[in-house]
Amino acid sequence: MIPKPDWAVSVSPHIRQGTTTSQIMWTVSATLMPVLILSIYNFGFRSLIITLISVLSCMFVEAISQKALGRAVSVKDGSAVLTGILLAFVIPPGVPYYLPLIGAVAAIFIAKELMGGLGYNVWNPALVGRAFLQASFPVAITTAWIAPQQLAKGAWDVFLSPGSVDAISTATPLSVVKQYGITALTQQFGGLDSIYWNFFLGFKPGCIGETSALLILLGGLYLMARKIITWHIPMSTLASAALVAWIFGGQTWFSGNPLVHVLSGGLMLGAFYMATDYVTSPTLKSAQLIFGVGVGALTVLIRLKGGYPEGVCYAILLMNCLTPAMDEWFQPSRFAPPKAAPVAAAK
Amino acid sequence: MAGTTFAKGGIHPEEHKELTEHLAIEEMPPPSQVVLPLSMHFGAIAQPIVKKKQEVQEGEVIAVVEKALGASIHSSVTGVVKAIEPRPHPTMVRCGAIIIDRDPSAPPRQYSTEDWKKLSREQLLARIKDAGIVGMGGAGFPTHVKLSPPPNAKVDTLVLNGAECEPYLTTDHRLMLEYPEKVIEGARIILKVLGIKQCVIGIELNKADAINVMNKAAAQSSEKDDTVVRIQGMQVKYPQGSEKQLIYSLTKRSVPGGGLPFDVGVIVQNISTTLAIFEACLMQKPLYEKVATFSGRALDRQANLKVKVGTLLSDVVEYLGGTKDLVKIVSGGPMMGFAISSIDVPVTKTTSGVLFLNSSETDLGEFGPCIHCGWCMEACPMGLSPKEVGLYVEAGRGHLTEKFGIFDCFECGCCAYVCPAKRPLVQFARLAKIAIKKRG
Repeated sequence: MIPKPDWAVSVSPHIRQGTTTSQIMWTVSATLMPVLILSIYNFGFRSLIITLISVLSCMFVEAISQKALGRAVSVKDGSAVLTGILLAFVIPPGVPYYLPLIGAVAAIFIAKELMGGLGYNVWNPALVGRAFLQASFPVAITTAWIAPQQLAKGAWDVFLSPGSVDAISTATPLSVVKQYGITALTQQFGGLDSIYWNFFLGFKPGCIGETSALLILLGGLYLMARKIITWHIPMSTLASAALVAWIFGGQTWFSGNPLVHVLSGGLMLGAFYMATDYVTSPTLKSAQLIFGVGVGALTVLIRLKGGYPEGVCYAILLMNCLTPAMDEWFQPSRFAPPKAAPVAAAK
Repeated sequence: MAGTTFAKGGIHPEEHKELTEHLAIEEMPPPSQVVLPLSMHFGAIAQPIVKKKQEVQEGEVIAVVEKALGASIHSSVTGVVKAIEPRPHPTMVRCGAIIIDRDPSAPPRQYSTEDWKKLSREQLLARIKDAGIVGMGGAGFPTHVKLSPPPNAKVDTLVLNGAECEPYLTTDHRLMLEYPEKVIEGARIILKVLGIKQCVIGIELNKADAINVMNKAAAQSSEKDDTVVRIQGMQVKYPQGSEKQLIYSLTKRSVPGGGLPFDVGVIVQNISTTLAIFEACLMQKPLYEKVATFSGRALDRQANLKVKVGTLLSDVVEYLGGTKDLVKIVSGGPMMGFAISSIDVPVTKTTSGVLFLNSSETDLGEFGPCIHCGWCMEACPMGLSPKEVGLYVEAGRGHLTEKFGIFDCFECGCCAYVCPAKRPLVQFARLAKIAIKKRG
């Protein structure tokens, strides 16, 4: 017998790159903070309160589920926090305060922990939460919009007020387009240029975190610079959405307005933050391009031909279903594989 | 000079070479006792031909492998055989060893040199065999066998591996810097043995000083005959020194899975091995000394040491002033080396370095679930799917991983290095290979 040494003995490699799973989760969460700040500016402190309730609910549900399922509690890894932020970001600011808690149960308990926990879920947890709420509380989820306020114009009371939702409810641009056509939207915003500008900056009614294309783009670019995400999924998603919108979105073929579709609803948030979720999107770059094309095309198809004004959530959930199969179909190209069939030459 | 590199994947780990790269090779005084394991090579365990209490000379053969694949073992000191018994071994846990007490009054053995060009290739090959030389890059494959490729293999290029892509290790760097003429001359001996004209020496660009002196030595040497010895700078990227990656980087030839370098007309030799060949052919000096890097921040003093084969690590540690905050001892580089559990193991012919890592250099944290980030697939130089192999093994399905090309995996560790969940992906790959072989 060799006596137990005073030092550790473990398998190679003996050095590791610094980045950890929880660093990734916290970094992604941090890049969403500018979006939240704009949302507070737009919709008042209600945005912050809904987001806080959602984050705390997700952490709470995760801890309880992990205890119940006999797993190690991993709330500190930041994954539940990120799900909480994303869940709040895809629901309207005017919903009742108990709604995020119900969404968190669907997102964390059903879609994540019951599927095996982090890494084993098939569907994006935040979007399952949103889909669950949309099915169970269709009225709240599709009508609790708040018109954006502008601090400079002196709407302090609304800015500070967490409540009084009914007084200022409005409709989202996509439902205006769905019900009255793009002309109605142009009239509401006073011209196409004004639509582009307000949508790009984020001054439009919408879900808590969906309004500003600019801030989402900046966050996404930062994540790309940090090599946490790559361009493949966001770019293929946006390009295919724009293409489908241009072909089928107008009165005649090839006359749709791609920019309005790209800038409205949750497409930007979905493309940069939802569809890029590691666990529920394919791993290989080639598969990611196909995944993104699917998300973009399905989103616009649902918007144009489906019953809902917005289709990002279902488009991503549908493509999530294909992820395990795509991971099986798409394997990396090997360096100098064996010339015959994979014989066990090394046996 | 833009360096060449391999086709896929790779990583850029912190080098940590600054600890020893500027330190000249230092000769450690011989210890009072050496422990020479009977297995320091790939192949059959050697049989002792000396007895207890027998006097042996420095460089005398003390164990041989007859008929099977293997290499002779020589005494590294002049002294008396104290015992022949199992002792701790760096890779085999325990292995029979010849223990020799050194005679402190014996002077070091002197060697005279002669011109190798007068010898035939058979005579050169015999000298390499008699010197007990094995590949010193790690596996310890007997060199005289490697230099006798089958007649149907059309070898046209000798590749010398000066990549030294493992962090911390600076052995080959120092050898090239201090003995460039000997390395080049050794390369020319190997060219003669193989009967070919062309040699490429690949050196990573982080060793600019070595590239410089090697270039000069090669230029002076190439005037002598019609052989061409060329120095090629390579990008600093791990695992540039892995055989298949090195061959691709230098020749753009791909060794197919399950194949060997001579399938694409190449033979690869390590720098230390080339120097040993030089000494064997010019001086008939057997392989019983080894230059190795002793590094890591737990060590009081880091050094590139020339030590007698059979010197115990405990003696080396004492010579270098002991350790502090020692977390792990690694034989070899930090990427592919193995952790060792006993300090009473000897330096062998294949020891390229021993690292004494402290708590700031290595961490022993737990691992988490795979989040499918795909970084391991980006890093894999063979284009495999380490994450899938890991998931299969965790699910008890390791025997189904052959479709991922698991036997192309040479356990370089790039996947585990980049994994944000700190998953032991190399160990998963090893378990998968074992599972397939069990079912096979």
